[in-house]
Amino acid sequence: MIAVVAVATFATRAASFIAFPKGKEIPPTVSYIGRVLTPAIIGMLVVYCLKSTEALAYPYGIPELVSCVVVVALHVWKRNILLSIGVGTVLYMFLIQFVFV
Amino acid sequence: MGKIIPALRRAFPYTVPVLIGYLFIGLAFGVMFAEQGYSVLWAILMSTVVYAGSGQYLAVNFFVPGMSLVQAVFLTVMVNIRHVFYGLSLVERFNRFDWKRWYLIFGMTDETYSLICTTDVPEDVDEETFLLSITFLNQVYWIVGTIIGSVAATVIPFNSEGIEFAMTALFLVLFVEMWMRRSNRFPELLGALAAVVCLLIFGTDGFVLPTMILVMAVLLISRRRLDGGHGDGEGVDDGA
Repeated sequence: MIAVVAVATFATRAASFIAFPKGKEIPPTVSYIGRVLTPAIIGMLVVYCLKSTEALAYPYGIPELVSCVVVVALHVWKRNILLSIGVGTVLYMFLIQFVFV
Repeated sequence: MGKIIPALRRAFPYTVPVLIGYLFIGLAFGVMFAEQGYSVLWAILMSTVVYAGSGQYLAVNFFVPGMSLVQAVFLTVMVNIRHVFYGLSLVERFNRFDWKRWYLIFGMTDETYSLICTTDVPEDVDEETFLLSITFLNQVYWIVGTIIGSVAATVIPFNSEGIEFAMTALFLVLFVEMWMRRSNRFPELLGALAAVVCLLIFGTDGFVLPTMILVMAVLLISRRRLDGGHGDGEGVDDGA
């Protein structure tokens, strides 16, 4: 079973590389998609991480919203990755463990 | 061999957010897997040869009677389908490397992918060695987290509830970093908006594939606008 899961996982990651092996000319369309896809994926991943947020019931996603705003604001201000992530995570943990319990 | 240690050292600071996140997410996996009755060796094996966050969480449910291999393959592919698109955006870059790129491909988790795409490779290290270092360090964190989780599940010294927000914060920070380059803004907003729309329509379990299809369609339709004139090569490798 583990082998099956391993192979299936690797297959999804390797699919594009098998379709476009080394030395094969990459079509301009694929090359274009490759350039613009990364920012779109990062955008999707932010939503992906927040997908289980309770927006319609208590606490209405407030801990997530507050923490995200703080991370973005801090990062725009200081541009220090570790600081933004560290403060955001500690704040979120504090909010869900002590404020919105 | 001599260039590996410096590359690991240069790569380490970029991976610290993943270190924190993976230790705890890996730990949570270790706990779940141990509760199913599997020893630490199985957990290590799983994290070494599969190495996928959501894929491994899902796979915990596979070890039950009646689960067919076909079903396992189908579910695994569905939960990891986004990686097909990750590959698509890295194929040009990775094809310059030798056989070692297969480890980069194997280790292409969400977090590793994002770091690789948004980090400027320092001038004094070889690009391939640097990327291999990031991938390797991240997997080590993951395995260590898994080990801790499966042997020490019950003795975690503090309440770690919410620590998984470190990963959300990482992606948010990378989002902001990419935002600094104008040409990234449209695809970023597109990706986020498409995900929200598809999440509302398809729900949490099935929205990723529709999102990726929608994103691809819009990107292809708007190619003439987006691709016109900016000749700065790789438009994604700024930031961090």
